[in-house]
Amino acid sequence: MGVLQWFDDNLVSMVDGVAFGLLLFTLAVGLSLVFGMMDVLNLAHGTLYLVGAYAAYSLSDGSLLGLAVALGVGLLVGAAGGVVLAGMTQPLAGRGHLDQAVLTLGVSFIVADVLASAYGAEVLPADPPSALRGSVSVLGHTYPVYRLVFIAVAAALALVVWALFERSSLGALVRATVADRDMVRALGVDTRVVLFAVFAFGAGLAALGGVFGAPILGPGPGVDETVLVLSLVVVVVGGLGSVSGALLGALLIGQVQTLGVAVVPEYAPFLLFGTMLVVLAVRPAGLVSLTKRQTA
Amino acid sequence: MISPVVRRAGLAVLVLGLAAAPFLVDEYAIQTMSRILVFSLLAMSVNLLTGITGLPTLGQSAYFGVGAYTAAIVSTTVTDIGIVALLVAGALTALVALPTGWVAVRARGVAFLMITLAIGEIAFSAAVRWKAVTRGTDGYSGIPAVVPLPGMPSLQLDGLVYYWVLAVFLVLFVLMRLLVASPFGLALRGIRDNEARMRAIGYPTTGYALAGYCVAGALAGMAGSLYVSVQRFVSPGDAGFEIAALALLAVIIGGVGSMWGACVGAAVVILTRDYLGGYVAGRASLLLGILFVAAVYLLPRGIAGVRARWPVRARAGAQA
Repeated sequence: MGVLQWFDDNLVSMVDGVAFGLLLFTLAVGLSLVFGMMDVLNLAHGTLYLVGAYAAYSLSDGSLLGLAVALGVGLLVGAAGGVVLAGMTQPLAGRGHLDQAVLTLGVSFIVADVLASAYGAEVLPADPPSALRGSVSVLGHTYPVYRLVFIAVAAALALVVWALFERSSLGALVRATVADRDMVRALGVDTRVVLFAVFAFGAGLAALGGVFGAPILGPGPGVDETVLVLSLVVVVVGGLGSVSGALLGALLIGQVQTLGVAVVPEYAPFLLFGTMLVVLAVRPAGLVSLTKRQTA
Repeated sequence: MISPVVRRAGLAVLVLGLAAAPFLVDEYAIQTMSRILVFSLLAMSVNLLTGITGLPTLGQSAYFGVGAYTAAIVSTTVTDIGIVALLVAGALTALVALPTGWVAVRARGVAFLMITLAIGEIAFSAAVRWKAVTRGTDGYSGIPAVVPLPGMPSLQLDGLVYYWVLAVFLVLFVLMRLLVASPFGLALRGIRDNEARMRAIGYPTTGYALAGYCVAGALAGMAGSLYVSVQRFVSPGDAGFEIAALALLAVIIGGVGSMWGACVGAAVVILTRDYLGGYVAGRASLLLGILFVAAVYLLPRGIAGVRARWPVRARAGAQA
């Protein structure tokens, strides 16, 4: 009885956690793949979310068409941003991660400043399309429609990404490039195209997350940082360069950030680090470790 | 090489200039110089990890913040004696660095960078939300003027606070130089250059990295304590991501691995933010972003790297 009651009390938090976790997945998977594939640490990743979220804020007029336009624009701008970042970091490939980190950090500072001067210093919560506003009753709890739709769409997206990378021949090519770039090149594949494509894909996905996520985590100064840190934690917890790891990590961190904060609010500031600590203590390479899979 | 005489003369001029500064420049400038010295200590702490040990960090702002809040609480509720706040801040920060560092030093390279970034961001959110201790986003104000040592008067003037900061800076700078040149410092360099070989010789490299992490934490904490002496105010922003990013930028600009380079880099960063930022009101982060990008493309080995190349060019010129 007690367990059921507890479950019922926290159902809303748990569903919120799933929505937030899936949002984190769309963000973290790009970061993880770009690092795993291109060996580039992109600290401007949160900026791509911000761009997508501002696109949603500017272009959404309350209709579904507005959302679709925002999605298209966000995806294009995000992918273009990914190509630019890939081009900027390529010349630094031989100089180690520190220079890439500082460069992308600089880019994020510049873009954040430009966006802040264009949109102001306030957080601008974007409204979901009017067709998806309101709330429904689920098992005796009222819940916003948009979040349920978001969960469905993001789950489908996660499935597509997973199938694309783990089950398609295109994904096999990408994973092969991660594992042994020289060998893939020797097979006659221009690995640079693969690298740029993955960067554009990951960046576009982050911007897409921004468009979808704007009503949940609205655009504003500092949001790029929040998104970056959450994505990094997800990637570290899940395991670098792995799609299923990113999904697992994202769902876990989603629950920690909503259910955990609801259940033990007094420990809220330390929950994120505590989770990371426990996971890394048990599995230093993250939940899904690529190196382990390679040896198996 | 620059001849030892020239080098010593240059050093003497620099120290004299630093000592005479309060008589030469206005109050705002002297406060800025204090901030540069404080920030130099933070940059040195980042450099000990990033440059010497080869562990790139974006989390030293966490320890800077712990030190700053510790000093703020100690000076407000216990004693306004600066040396006490400084040492308590250093010790407590080293203590905090132990468990957090234990997690971080299990990783290397980018994973280390990611974990430290998360540590920094969690410290920031703790500073915002743990209102009972930090007073949240209102910030911690009402901190009394610092009394450096027992029996001394409290320092009301910015010029006098500057001397306190300068004295601590010089002591810590010399200590850091000694540490880096010591067998311990060499072991840290060994971890950076070839960890596998260090382990094979019998060094417990993770233990050394953790010890280095705690020392770097203590240094950042003491920098935070001095920051409180200068500003007499702390807010969560002082433990935030921007501070960590700027400290890393200072190290990159100065030249990774060079302690004096880190200090020069700190001066460049603070002057850009506090002086140039004033001319283009509110666009300081745009300027800093451009500085980040420019530093990567134009100064691949930092200012210290440029200096290291000068004598070679001069010699080549002399031969021609």
